[in-house]
Amino acid sequence: MTPGDIREEIIDILESIAPDEDLSELQDAPNFRDQLELDSMDFLDIVMELRKRYRIQIPEEEYEQLASMQSTVAYLEPIMKDMAKAS
Amino acid sequence: MYDTIIIGAGMSGLAAGIRLAYYDRRVCILERHNTIGGLNSFYRLRGRDYDVGLHAVTNFTPKGEKKGPLARLLRQLRFRWDEFALAEQVGSTIAFPGVSLQFGNDFDLFRSEVHKQFPRQKDQFEKLISKIVDYDDLNQEIFDLSTRQVLAETIDDPLLIEMLLCPLMWYGNGREHDMDFGQFCIMFRSIFFEGFARPLAGVRLILKKLVRKFRGLGGELKLRSGVDKIHVQDGEAVSVVLESGEELLGRKVVSSAGWLETMRLCDDVSHVDSSQAGQLSFTESVSILDCPPRDLGVDRTIVFYNDSEKFHWQKPSGLSDVRTGVICSPNNFAYDPDDDAQAMLDGVVRITSLANHNSWSALSEQEYALEKLRCYDDVLESAVRFTPDFRNHIIDTDMFTPTTIRRYTGHDNGAVYGAPQKRLDGATHLKNLFICGTDQGFVGIIGAIVSGISVANQHLLRD
Repeated sequence: MTPGDIREEIIDILESIAPDEDLSELQDAPNFRDQLELDSMDFLDIVMELRKRYRIQIPEEEYEQLASMQSTVAYLEPIMKDMAKAS
Repeated sequence: MYDTIIIGAGMSGLAAGIRLAYYDRRVCILERHNTIGGLNSFYRLRGRDYDVGLHAVTNFTPKGEKKGPLARLLRQLRFRWDEFALAEQVGSTIAFPGVSLQFGNDFDLFRSEVHKQFPRQKDQFEKLISKIVDYDDLNQEIFDLSTRQVLAETIDDPLLIEMLLCPLMWYGNGREHDMDFGQFCIMFRSIFFEGFARPLAGVRLILKKLVRKFRGLGGELKLRSGVDKIHVQDGEAVSVVLESGEELLGRKVVSSAGWLETMRLCDDVSHVDSSQAGQLSFTESVSILDCPPRDLGVDRTIVFYNDSEKFHWQKPSGLSDVRTGVICSPNNFAYDPDDDAQAMLDGVVRITSLANHNSWSALSEQEYALEKLRCYDDVLESAVRFTPDFRNHIIDTDMFTPTTIRRYTGHDNGAVYGAPQKRLDGATHLKNLFICGTDQGFVGIIGAIVSGISVANQHLLRD
């Protein structure tokens, strides 16, 4: 998967967590938390969705890497670059 | 072998089940009755639908709001806001002799009512508001503070104190006389900051959504499957034995049966201190009218009434205590006027009163039937002092009592809000047994759902 694919996948995960949210204006640099008001329960969901969809295990001490779109894509790129996009 | 076995298909068990099934856990919900819902169930009688627990859904926040329990649970369970079809209240009242306070889903109305009726308490009331805003859910020490003490330190008009306590205790206090300050703050937010709403189809709509989602995700639901015991070995729950004798193996067990009720199921627990059970139970007097209640001037969504300056929140010594009560009309919500189902809705007035489980359960069948009629008349006689008299328009009635509530919930004493002592972390003496629902700490429909979600997140999904 390319960084663009990974970004798209994260958007898809965020859409499933917050179906009423308009994500078209989401910016990559600022924290998700500031833009979407996600709480710790929602962060757990991003982690769990990655595990469910791609069997990716993220250790608790690395959750902070998922703070923004930019940092999330950077963190996932080496892990996901050889994976195929889930349909 | 299940990853998790859940005891009870009420709101909390179903919510926990959805979380687990969504993340591909093998999960089974066991329900004693032939229908789901627990306290928030529904029934059909003489061709009409009745809700058991639901007056209104609390914690209402509008579509697009991201904060608060409703928004959170929708995200966690992957529902769109529209799916619960919530219609807002038209307005509610706290009625005491000679003074009443109106409130709705906009907090400013309640604030201005308090300022108008209690002009000398204006600053004190604002001070209380900031304490409630600052309250942090997670601090057990502050949670356990006495609300009466906090209120007495903040507000010096005793009548205002009683009028604030009345609706909040009615809608979510399992403790007699006083209330945990944490519970007070949670209830204050859920009723005054957020507010009331209801789906036109009642509680069954929400239950159906939950159960459909749970099953759609591969969750198993076994009805008519009462639990006889939780079998414990070496400090771990290893299986759940049904009343039929069938034994189900599970890695983890979560019970919404209540704290004492769950302890009694554990076969390693020899003594349970039943004196810790909740004492507060209710009767519900339901009147079906030949017209919409608002045609008779019964136009409030909910009226919390009390007939003296002092509000008594305690188990009655006799069968019931009708000095205080809650009058609710499911008709008085702002439903979509284009929804044809609205025309089909009977005029309904429901009135809740305090009741004593032991007194009701001691009656013979004949006495029970008679006392229900007598109590119904007393309740209405009391309530029409606070709402226009609708008694000439009643075409059918039903009433349920603490014994009914005990049957639906399985709670000792038919205690609607469970035991006074809450177990906020959901943990028990066994490392793989947890509790959720009423005795974990959150009450009401939204509270129960949030309880199931948070116990699932905290204890069942992190491995």
